Amino acid sequence: MSVSLLWAVDVYGRVYSLSTGGQQWEQCHDAVLEFKRVTAVQQCCWGIACDHHIYLNVHSSDVPIRYQEETYENQRWNPKDNFSDHLLPSDRWHWSDITGLEHQPLDSFLLPSTNWEWEGDWYIDENFGGEPTEKGGWTYALDFPATYIKDKKWNSCVRRRRWIRYRRYKATDTWAKIPSEGHSGPLPDPFNDISCGGWEISEEPRGRLSLWAVSLQGKVWFREGIHHHSPEGEGWEEVSLPGEVVQISCGPGDLVWAVLWEGQLIVREGITRDCPQGSSWVVVDSPNPEAGAIHVAVGDNVVWAVTKDNKVWFRRGINSHNPCGSGWIGMVGEMVMVNVGLNDQVWGISCVDRAVYFRQGVTSSELSGKAWKAVNVPRDGDIRSHSSASISIGACPSSPPPEPPPIDPDVPKPRIPKVTSDSFISEMLSDREVKQEGATAATTASPSIPEEEVALGEPEAMCLPPWSNVDLEETQTHLAVGLSSVATYTLCQGEPYGADEHPLWAWVSGGGCGVNFWTLLSLPALASSVQSMSLSISPAQTAAWRKQIFEQLSERSKREMDHFKHYEQSVWVKKGTMQWWRDWKPHKWVDVRFALEQFSGPEGNQDGILFLYYNFNEEKKYLHAFINEVTILVPVLNDSKHTFAIYTAERTKQRWPIRLAAATELALLSVSCCDSRGIQGPPSKQAIWSVTCKGDIFVCEPSPSLEACPYPTPCDQMFWRQVGGHLRLVECNSLGVVWGVGYDHTAWVYTGYGGGFFQDNIFTQTDVKCVYIYENQRWNPVTGYTNRGLPTDRYMWSDATGLQECTKANAKPPSPHWTWVADWTIDYGISGGTDREGWQYAADFPRSYHGHKTLKDFVRRRRWARKCKLTTTGPWQEVPPIPLSDVTIVLCGAQSSVEPIPLWAISNKGDVLCRLGVTLLTPAGTSWLHVGTDQPFKSISIGGANQVWAIARDGSAFYRGSVSSESPAGDCWYHIPCPERQKLQQVSVGRTSVYTVDQNGNLWFRQGLTPSYPQGSSWEHICNNVRKVSVGPLDQVWIIADKVQGSHSLSCGTVCHRLGVQPMEPKGQSWDYGIGGGWDHITVRGNSIEAPRVRMPSLTPSLTSSLTDPLRPPPPRSLLPVMVTEMENGNAVRC
Amino acid sequence: MADDKDVLRDVWFGRIPTCFTLYQDEITEREAEPFYLLLPRVSFLTLVTDKVKKHFLKVMKAEDVEEMWFDFEGTPLKWHYPIGLLFDLHASNTALPWSITVHFKNFPERDLLHCPSNSVIEAHFMSSIKEADALKHKSQVINDMQKKDHKQLWMGLQNDKFDQFWAMNRKLMEYPTEEGGFRYIPFRIYLTMSDRPFIQKLFRPISSDGYTHTLGDLLKEVYPVAISRDDESKRYQVVIHGIEPLLETPLQWLSEHLSHPDNFLHISVIPVPSD
Repeated sequence: MSVSLLWAVDVYGRVYSLSTGGQQWEQCHDAVLEFKRVTAVQQCCWGIACDHHIYLNVHSSDVPIRYQEETYENQRWNPKDNFSDHLLPSDRWHWSDITGLEHQPLDSFLLPSTNWEWEGDWYIDENFGGEPTEKGGWTYALDFPATYIKDKKWNSCVRRRRWIRYRRYKATDTWAKIPSEGHSGPLPDPFNDISCGGWEISEEPRGRLSLWAVSLQGKVWFREGIHHHSPEGEGWEEVSLPGEVVQISCGPGDLVWAVLWEGQLIVREGITRDCPQGSSWVVVDSPNPEAGAIHVAVGDNVVWAVTKDNKVWFRRGINSHNPCGSGWIGMVGEMVMVNVGLNDQVWGISCVDRAVYFRQGVTSSELSGKAWKAVNVPRDGDIRSHSSASISIGACPSSPPPEPPPIDPDVPKPRIPKVTSDSFISEMLSDREVKQEGATAATTASPSIPEEEVALGEPEAMCLPPWSNVDLEETQTHLAVGLSSVATYTLCQGEPYGADEHPLWAWVSGGGCGVNFWTLLSLPALASSVQSMSLSISPAQTAAWRKQIFEQLSERSKREMDHFKHYEQSVWVKKGTMQWWRDWKPHKWVDVRFALEQFSGPEGNQDGILFLYYNFNEEKKYLHAFINEVTILVPVLNDSKHTFAIYTAERTKQRWPIRLAAATELALLSVSCCDSRGIQGPPSKQAIWSVTCKGDIFVCEPSPSLEACPYPTPCDQMFWRQVGGHLRLVECNSLGVVWGVGYDHTAWVYTGYGGGFFQDNIFTQTDVKCVYIYENQRWNPVTGYTNRGLPTDRYMWSDATGLQECTKANAKPPSPHWTWVADWTIDYGISGGTDREGWQYAADFPRSYHGHKTLKDFVRRRRWARKCKLTTTGPWQEVPPIPLSDVTIVLCGAQSSVEPIPLWAISNKGDVLCRLGVTLLTPAGTSWLHVGTDQPFKSISIGGANQVWAIARDGSAFYRGSVSSESPAGDCWYHIPCPERQKLQQVSVGRTSVYTVDQNGNLWFRQGLTPSYPQGSSWEHICNNVRKVSVGPLDQVWIIADKVQGSHSLSCGTVCHRLGVQPMEPKGQSWDYGIGGGWDHITVRGNSIEAPRVRMPSLTPSLTSSLTDPLRPPPPRSLLPVMVTEMENGNAVRC
Repeated sequence: MADDKDVLRDVWFGRIPTCFTLYQDEITEREAEPFYLLLPRVSFLTLVTDKVKKHFLKVMKAEDVEEMWFDFEGTPLKWHYPIGLLFDLHASNTALPWSITVHFKNFPERDLLHCPSNSVIEAHFMSSIKEADALKHKSQVINDMQKKDHKQLWMGLQNDKFDQFWAMNRKLMEYPTEEGGFRYIPFRIYLTMSDRPFIQKLFRPISSDGYTHTLGDLLKEVYPVAISRDDESKRYQVVIHGIEPLLETPLQWLSEHLSHPDNFLHISVIPVPSD
């Protein structure tokens, strides 16, 4: 979890924030004005200042908020002037938007507000759909509007070019005033309440937010057009109301509630992706007819309210289908206000002591939580005065009131909370009043009031009014703990600012606060004091006594053990049952007995055999695997069992593993396999990392002969072992810096593997991904689209292929490790586009789908997504806060531990980022440097000599010029055209070689790279059916290939190694096939172990492909370019 | 070796090559072959000698067999001392393998405790751990553990599972940073030439003025004889796990890394061999 903030305003209008990483409230010194209220989300905080204007504080980020403005310059050819600005009267404007309809000269572009600045001047875009244009950027056409091409033809009569300019939002980490302009001039009255949310209504990349505001006269306004590129939004739109509103609350999703002046509540209905401001209101009665509601707070699935008597209420039965809920539950505790933050966590301000409280025990299954817990955190300016008297409120009846008396003495109201719109302002003022009057006023005037309070409060509690629509009240058992921590605070009587000793809060907002840390914060003593033993001794690492102990222990081992290993040649056998995926048809899981025999050999090495006993036609048979021949144990996706596959070199050739289902035996077998190969401890810096489509991470220790030529170790013999964690991709270099990216785009840095019980470097890791199902419909003339298909049709609820029935009810998370974390939602982000309801249309199943209905379309489908979450542990630490889609680490470099190591990444929005501060000691680095691009990028790789290559979303390649240790971000991009008619997908740069993979699975080699012309000259096709490529520091080439034919089965996602790669022949000759069946990613960028030179007297060093080496192993099977339907259990890990 | 964690591993996996021979007076049906075994230094004799028993029972009649016990050169070996301690104390300067004599008769009631089953060893082991934690953390850590955690410690030792044991034992080795160490160091000093079985006193890892106590400080305080003066030749070896740590080694570090699984630092003070 990255650091996030809890925001609060005290009764003097000072704004404070409490960081999840910090231990005290930090005052927001930037706030020149006093604030009334704030509402926070993760990326920013909105507030109403005492001038009743709205201010926005956008948190600064390594990736700036920038917006690309574009306009087109249009020209027409005439015989006299050639191409010129003289257009025909019927033509479009000389400067226009892309459609030509809007007049857009360069000087018509103005900054939207003073919070923006231009990044540079206008310039011409010389990229045309992934292809570089001629200098000048012109694209040509026969006439407006027509198809443009980048080359001038004889009939090109018009041309146009695109100009772009960036503006950047500059008012970060400061309160920027938002002009209160409505559609027709300034708004009539000032603001009084504000609430921000709604980020879950539409897809994340756009980052849309909803902002609701209430004016002093009780009108509600909705701020339009707030999204990532427009943090301030565009304007206010008034929302019609059934009454006058005093306060409003907006959740992360489609929940919006408001409180009416009369004390009822209203609920907004009809909020959707296309209509975030909703359509209508529904009135809900106050929990207590005697005391109307004064405050409401909503979250994802919860509504909390406070009534005039300061009682707190929880609304039952809220869900996405029923935003109104079904009934109120009275809660313990009296609050001035409550606020619902992230994950439905609840914050409140007590009316007793004005402290911020956190609702403990709020979980998705118990949304109402358990008890209120005070957040006792000091403020940054707190200076404890030791002369002050410590007074306990509970014990001392004459203690001053926690809240100052109302300002107006003429109105003898005994502390009924004011529902007037500016109650907090008046309270602020009243506080000041008290301060000015000095201590005497506070002590003389106040003691009577709390007594009155008690007198009033108690009878009310004893004779409860008839709870009209209240069906439950929280049991009072928590009372003791409920508000117990209010006990003491210091009161400084002699000092003018005495009352300030104990912060009196007016408002709190947890909308930007991830709350995982509260467990830690609530136990600061524990969190800071217990330290693991390994840390305690680090300063004396080099002491003589330690050296002595190390030396003596190793001497002792030699003396007492080395010569006596033959004493123990034990055999032990573990027996049990597991399930085996039967080798013959029909394939199914059958119960088998197994025995794992382990023995220690004469050299003290462990070895073993796994036996599986089964019956075949009533005949007893067994299957066995020598543990030292097992090359990998792969967990396999199965929604109900814990299953795994066992491969040996032979079974890798066959593409036919032993598949087993057993709950715990995988760990035991893994240990046996590592023991038998004598492998323990962390992976070496040279390790090869790979990731399966299940997200499991594997490492292989490369032997020196792996890259030998001509006799490399066959890669089906490589031994892979699993490393904890869950990632989508992992990248490393030969210095041991390893980064990973999760399915949810979280960036992770490898912490080193503690090994065994030492969990020092092992952390909790979470990942989130979506499960997708499809709703299919067919059109018929009578009823239109219905869920009644033809008898031959696919299931009306299915998987992507349509072959498997998948309904909302029966779809399961991918494996027992995953749990659902949200409900089904329509996925609008599917390729091909969708209509407003998420439908995609096609003439028939299965076809290519498009996002709008035409006359020829008879079927439609839409994709539903449901998020599920995995929690695991592994040697990974999060690198917040920017989510990534790709990462690359320089191949060699850094000799010292403090030398910077270049690391580049692509954010999930396509920004190119360069990490600063990455060294051997600090592999996580410190901050991102944003590298500007004219379009989003998707893949990046940095090779030897700081060569950076990247692939843009439009499929074209870019080379970054002048990257060096002095200029880590380089200076400009060189556009490299893609191979003919292909859109590139991924790039990997080795010591000198550059390889790319395109969207159709072709592997390309960049030819003509020289030190003086690093961009090279052309792409050369190597092979097809390639999914990913990784080029290493020896220029070795490894890929993930599809459709690799084995003797028994075909496998997709297979690790392959290019054979015959030599300095003079970087393209190599053929492929060697390794582990496969569901591999998604490999990186060999750590392996810099040069193979020992083999002298081949009969062959000259300049051996080329024309010579066939007679000793070379038989040519491996080719990558079949044919479509073969996947055999059912051909893949160890099915996608 | 550069990592302190490797010390734990080395300590745990320390083995003493041992040759078990049947006592000459035991009645056998045929000649008993000696039995060779690698004994884990951190375990207990009766916990790891099932095989020895099985081996010798093959040549003996059931009626001639009573509770098995061991001696080394006439000294009965106390099963409730860790094996490594027994070796260091009695046999550290003898040739390997360690030659242990096996008896099935004449149990030396005065010298040894009976050990009818593994549960007796477990009880002894757990009581040591509890005593150690009482010294280290006023029993707070061990009392916070659940029954199954206690079981995990024992099962780790019994099954020689380093990871299983340390996953739990590391909690017993934690301490508040600001205090710099345990409350008291659980240690026992064993002397060969003494009637007292061992010396055990309250001793803090850090002095009241913040000075880090070393192994030398402990000996000076508890058994000064063990430390030879500058002007005399060394008379005693101070042995832990078969090695002689330097006297300036911090006691806290020793307690964390060289304690036996029972959480005690078992220190043998033995005379320097005269030859």
